Amino acid sequence: MANEIAKGPATPGVAKHDPILIVDNVRRQFGGLVAVDVEHLEIPRGMITALIGPNGAGKTTFFNLLTGFDTPDTGSWTFNGTKLSGVPSYKVARMGMVRTFQLTKSLNLLTVLENMRLGAQRQPGESIFAALFKPLWAKNEKAITVRAEELLKRFKLDAKSEDFAASLSGGQRKLLEMARALMTEPKMVMLDEPMAGVNPALTQSLLEHVKGLKDQGMSVLFVEHDMHMVRNISDWVIVMAEGKVVAEGPPNEVMKNPAVIDAYLGAHHDSDLGADKIAKGE
Amino acid sequence: MDLIFSNAVNALFDPMTAAYAIAAIGIALHFGFTGLLNFGQASFMAVGAYGFAIATISFGLPFWGAVAVSVGLSVILAFLLGIPTLRLRSDYLAIVTIAASEMLRYIVSTTSAQPLTGGPQGLNNYSTEFYGLNPIPVGTYGFWNFTYSEREVFMRIVSWTLVVLFAIVLAILVRSPWGRVIKGIREDEDAVRSLGKNVYAYKMQSLIVGGLMGTVAGILFVIPRSVQPGNYGTQLTFFLWTMLLLGGASTVIGSVIGSMIFWGLLSLSDDLLRAGVDNGVITFLTNDQVGTIRFMIVGLGLMLLVIFRPQGIFGNKKELQFNG
Repeated sequence: MANEIAKGPATPGVAKHDPILIVDNVRRQFGGLVAVDVEHLEIPRGMITALIGPNGAGKTTFFNLLTGFDTPDTGSWTFNGTKLSGVPSYKVARMGMVRTFQLTKSLNLLTVLENMRLGAQRQPGESIFAALFKPLWAKNEKAITVRAEELLKRFKLDAKSEDFAASLSGGQRKLLEMARALMTEPKMVMLDEPMAGVNPALTQSLLEHVKGLKDQGMSVLFVEHDMHMVRNISDWVIVMAEGKVVAEGPPNEVMKNPAVIDAYLGAHHDSDLGADKIAKGE
Repeated sequence: MDLIFSNAVNALFDPMTAAYAIAAIGIALHFGFTGLLNFGQASFMAVGAYGFAIATISFGLPFWGAVAVSVGLSVILAFLLGIPTLRLRSDYLAIVTIAASEMLRYIVSTTSAQPLTGGPQGLNNYSTEFYGLNPIPVGTYGFWNFTYSEREVFMRIVSWTLVVLFAIVLAILVRSPWGRVIKGIREDEDAVRSLGKNVYAYKMQSLIVGGLMGTVAGILFVIPRSVQPGNYGTQLTFFLWTMLLLGGASTVIGSVIGSMIFWGLLSLSDDLLRAGVDNGVITFLTNDQVGTIRFMIVGLGLMLLVIFRPQGIFGNKKELQFNG
């Protein structure tokens, strides 16, 4: 598996055969805390890559930096051969790298269908002058609506399309956010904890949707704590701890990596911290 | 008694009511649809009033030239207010707009600016050309307590035509894809950004268009009267907000009806109280106090409205159920 994706042995920063995203020396410091410090990282194209790590490892900050929602102190990165450093977030999205958020951002007082339509690109009616003349954008709007309804059906939200997004459950909002991101016709989808707060019944369908993205030729990078999901759907796993990439590789190998076990459980996870003694009533 | 109600009805369709309605439509676009807290609509109205009057008096520009100057200045003001603040959280715009409108008011009322702005005395005699456009022959029109001169009729027609025009423009805009983007920004601007929209540019456009409505309202407001710096205080802005919230912030028609209700009620309560005082029914007030008391009554009415119908008269109740 490792040599199908990577050019060499699975060590942090290993080169990939066909990377879509290449990151170099990206560093972000908040006061004295170095939140992200990634020397070199390549994300494979057309694969599902998981980004895991304990809380505070810098995963979300790394996401924000890559998508232009935050600016790094140093570093550069290219997406699909285009330099992205210093590019504002909305342009990043237009280039085909779309993200979702850890805390779901559904647009509450817009209907589900309007949420979806908002994701569409190249709608001339979004210019203030063209907006005044419906014939200039009515045709695009129709095409957008057809696409939005197809996606809603796929995500089983079609019955809700005229309701306010605020009336959806937490899990449905996650689905809506993902579907809305797909309206932008992205090349790469970045999902920040897609499973957080989703009940197990919905987890399975979300998993299928993420796999579906890959089948349609998109690259996926997702942050997740649910190891079951990571093992189940990812082709490649990147592990971050304290801002750095500490390991990467195919899921089964990475889980056995001592650096990963240390990062997640701490180096002393085998030693007794006293809980047993308390349990015995000593 | 007839006079009291006809006064109130007159207030409903007064050109001033129309001017306030147009300015309130502007903040409906800002706040109700884009989520921008503009507490300086008075400054846009002042730019309209002073820009128009000064261009006419000091620079001798024709009517349309003076209107164009006001519009240009309004766009510049929107940029000045928006460039530093629209990248920040919405509260910053609120602080900057309220401060800027007070600054503007103090600047135009200083005595050193007197040759241009008239200082504390203000300006007048700039409406001749506007009334020259009036096609209605000289005379009095109307019936009973509703008789107007040809100028008053013309002013009413122009003002309310513009109200309808701006309401239609707003209605078209907020139902368009452009309106979808600004409503999205109101809900969560990061989400809209993540979908490839230039949020900053949209907020700026909204600020400019809504401010422009304030400027046109400012011109209309001063045509039948004089320009007085005292009119452009924070009170003006808060009246506009009252009208907006009365009618419903995220509605098109709400700001128009809100303005009519506001001035109608103000006139009605004023006349009723005065009549009560004159006839000895109300003994605990003097006529001088009535002018203040009526604002208290309107304030109380607004409090009751916010408590019992927070979405405004025309607002959609469903929208509020989710904001708990």
